[in-house]
Amino acid sequence: MSKLIFEKSVAGSTSFRLPPSEVPEGLALPASMLCTEGPALPEISEVETVRHFVELSKKAYGVDTGFYPLGSCTMKYNPKINEWAARLPGLASIHPLQPVDTVQGALEIMHHLERILCEVTGMDQFSLQPAAGAHGELAGILMMKAYFAKHGETQRTVMLVPDSAHGTNPATANMAGYKVVQIKSDARGRVDVPSLRAAMNEQVAGIMLTNPNTLGLFEDEVAEIAHIVHSGGGLLYYDGANANGMVGVARPGDMGFDVAHLNLHKTFGTPHGGGGPGSGPVGVKARLAEFLPVPIVRQGSDGYYLECNRPHSIGQMLAFYGNFGVLVRAYAYALALGGPGLREAGENAVLNANYLRHKLRGVYDIPFDTLCKHEFVATPGKLKSECGVSTIDIAKRLLDYGYHPPTVYFPLIVPEAMLIEPTETETKERLDVFVEVMVIIAKEARENAEMLKKAPSLTPVRRVDEVGAARKPILRYKAEGL
Amino acid sequence: MSVREDLLYSKEHEWVRIEGTMAYMGITEYAARQLGDIVYVELPSKGMQLASGGRLGIIESVKAVADLHCPVSGQVVEINLDLEIEPQQINLDAHAAWIAVLEIAKAEELKGLLTYAEYQEFLRAIK
Amino acid sequence: MAYVPNPPAVRQQMLEEIGLSSMEELFFDIPEQYRLKGLDLGRGLSEIEIQRHLTKLAAKNISSYPIFLGAGAYDHHIPVAIDQILMRSEFYTAYTPYQPEISQGILQGIFEFQSHICALTGMDVSNASMYDAASALAEACNIAAEVTRRKKILVPDTVNPDYLAVLKTYAQSGVFDLVTVHCSKGKVGHELRAAIDDQTAAVAVQNPNFYGILEQDAEEIGALVHEQGGLFIMAVDPISLGLLKSPGKLGADLVVGEGQSLGMGLSYGGPYLGFFAGTDKMLRRIPGRIVGQTTDREGRRAFVLTLQAREQHIRRERASSNICSNQALNALAAAIFLSLVGPKGLRDIAERSHQLARYAEGELSRVGIELLYPEPYFREFIIKVANPAAVNRKLLAEGIIGGCELPHGLMLAFTEKRTKEEVDRLVAVIGGAR
Repeated sequence: MSKLIFEKSVAGSTSFRLPPSEVPEGLALPASMLCTEGPALPEISEVETVRHFVELSKKAYGVDTGFYPLGSCTMKYNPKINEWAARLPGLASIHPLQPVDTVQGALEIMHHLERILCEVTGMDQFSLQPAAGAHGELAGILMMKAYFAKHGETQRTVMLVPDSAHGTNPATANMAGYKVVQIKSDARGRVDVPSLRAAMNEQVAGIMLTNPNTLGLFEDEVAEIAHIVHSGGGLLYYDGANANGMVGVARPGDMGFDVAHLNLHKTFGTPHGGGGPGSGPVGVKARLAEFLPVPIVRQGSDGYYLECNRPHSIGQMLAFYGNFGVLVRAYAYALALGGPGLREAGENAVLNANYLRHKLRGVYDIPFDTLCKHEFVATPGKLKSECGVSTIDIAKRLLDYGYHPPTVYFPLIVPEAMLIEPTETETKERLDVFVEVMVIIAKEARENAEMLKKAPSLTPVRRVDEVGAARKPILRYKAEGL
Repeated sequence: MSVREDLLYSKEHEWVRIEGTMAYMGITEYAARQLGDIVYVELPSKGMQLASGGRLGIIESVKAVADLHCPVSGQVVEINLDLEIEPQQINLDAHAAWIAVLEIAKAEELKGLLTYAEYQEFLRAIK
Repeated sequence: MAYVPNPPAVRQQMLEEIGLSSMEELFFDIPEQYRLKGLDLGRGLSEIEIQRHLTKLAAKNISSYPIFLGAGAYDHHIPVAIDQILMRSEFYTAYTPYQPEISQGILQGIFEFQSHICALTGMDVSNASMYDAASALAEACNIAAEVTRRKKILVPDTVNPDYLAVLKTYAQSGVFDLVTVHCSKGKVGHELRAAIDDQTAAVAVQNPNFYGILEQDAEEIGALVHEQGGLFIMAVDPISLGLLKSPGKLGADLVVGEGQSLGMGLSYGGPYLGFFAGTDKMLRRIPGRIVGQTTDREGRRAFVLTLQAREQHIRRERASSNICSNQALNALAAAIFLSLVGPKGLRDIAERSHQLARYAEGELSRVGIELLYPEPYFREFIIKVANPAAVNRKLLAEGIIGGCELPHGLMLAFTEKRTKEEVDRLVAVIGGAR
């Protein structure tokens, strides 16, 4: 294992220098506020810092490393032109509070991107402010809350969430002050419409729906779902985490959704950064537009400006306007693809997923073996019941073959789930080789289950002790002797 | 070691052992197995007054979390601080690893709890 | 540009293999009335066209002037090595490190970030990052309400107004009640002390505060709120911690801050870096990803996402935060920054920024410009001018991005990147404009 950078510290080795001072030295600060000894940061030269982090990068796995079929996370290729764009000095080095006439280009990008997102989703207006999907959800649910407050319907304190939903949905509803009522899935893996009908009443603010859902299935009764919720006085929230499964082909705004967020780090190909930054713009239909977060980019006769005075707005979600650098990347992505390219992305995401599902059928169980969208669930099936091999073992064995495994044990409604999302940016050849590996692993499961339970063996570390980590948490470096 | 047949059970998978006016409580082996390796128990504070069904604490494993419900109304008079350091005691012997002791406020509530046989029946039904 | 690598003939072959003849058939589960003919977005552009278009748009922004704006985002130096490392695509094209065996690099990077943040703040635990300081502060308020089972959060109006605005948004959940306390002298004092009572869940103090002023009563406020059973939250500026007493020393229970200064560009407001730290007692309350040290089955040191039972994917409707994606790459930038500059470099940056501000104050006073609040400040202060907007316009005409316009003055920020010559020009223009 690599030493921690703190363990590489050598007193006096730092390379960093400031230019000679041109102004008087000394501090005009009260002694009571000064630290007696500085923070215990490492002292390390530039070359050793660079080597340290390059060494770490070699123990990481990205989309550029190889196939990354992590379901629901949409690990598609991150185009390099987008990285170039975000680093343009005119975009990377402007202060958020500069006068608007000095940032017209930035505002123009935001305005164009906002119009693009409206066209892609069929919503009427977007806020680009939320920093991630979950942040967009919170903004969206707070807007629904503001809508009901304005209409005197504060008795609506319940949010409906399907049992297949991402954890963020119920967590968001809770965070926004709603009580969550779970709606079960039917035998087809879709929202159980009779249960929804039974749950809908005047206490219900709305439903949070992911479509295609987390099983990769299109909620084909969405018209009826919308009808039930709307006629009961509720609103529909579209969780756009899986919007890449229908982008260019269908739009939430046409299906009755009132509020929708998109994950630009999924559908619009911006990088995931090892966990972030993402971007989760949230859009609404016209009747909810007055509640959007502030500020909003507007186009006036003198150019673009930031509109702050919106009395019914839920307010700000961030100190500034969102993850602008991510917005630039998403804009470059949308420009590169255009209308036909976005549809092509949606189509091929679905084609690749169905191709993989077809190829893996018979080797693994496919609990919902029907036309899927951008992803599907497989399980070990008999490999589990007959050979005792679990999803975790298969996932860990995939690491030995140089793959990032699928999302495992999610969605929760399928035991031993492997959620597989190839994305549109994989070639047939790569999918075929992945299938071969999955076939080999299935064979290994039958012949040498014990080896699979010990996998991986070729990675920088073997299986790690998660239980120990959680029982006796060590969350930071502590110098020896402390 | 407690004799499981002598314990009372809740449908939330807590066991209760009555000693005079005191109720020792913990989670059942079934519950512990469902959770997997337990990594943390958030204990109630001593002196807390709780109604039956109220939230007494939280039990966390690596991949799951469960609320600990109060099986009978009463006041928390003792808590098992050993579990803060060694939560795995619950995995090792769930029926020995008591979590809290309650001073029973409403003895009549005990009738609402399941006997060993009833709990076994209940487990068969939900499996 | 086309990012779908399979040529049409291969796509057709794949379709046939799964028993379909056209792409349309892949979408037969979508009711026909919802199926689009196409998006009205025009054709896709080539790389040459994208570069041409974005270069033109970027050129409409002014990014080359010396800048005296701060107010939550600062123009500090970004060591060149940072971006070179961030461009390693094993880092930036990775997801959250769910598979520790092939993600040790990212996990160790986050662990080191957490260690840096603990070292800076003097706290016991840090998470892997939040969206920005404002949203981190809002989540700290949520936690305080949950821990204390009280609702009232006292926030002095010396806290950044954009942070206050975000708190107001989050408070709509009903989890906490935001009570803003007006402080008349540009710093917290008797007004805040008087507001603390036994219903107070927490007091949140920013140091240096929004006006750049040191909150010298912070420690006393913290002790007062502790006496009443509430929590003490601090929002801090990480650059200042090269010089100032850590919030841990001042008695904070929860610490948040804006990490943009630690090696991130201004980037028109984001992506920035919220950081979040706390005492050991807060360990299982802290939101978001946390990396812990453990061992692998052969006993080697290894890192892994830990304490996940706090998080939304396990706790679902019982989770107090919904955060999952964070600002991991920005956290990595901060870890690289702090490694490159070290404790001395951080102190040098803090001192130089402070000294340039002091120099500017002295020069401004020579042309008759006074501070709005005559209090010790770190690297930012407010000058009294009748018409801040007019001053800023004059500065812009002279090739300078001025300060932050406030009702009673103009707030100017100074970083180690500014030169004496730039400050002299600033002073000359302001002196002349008055």
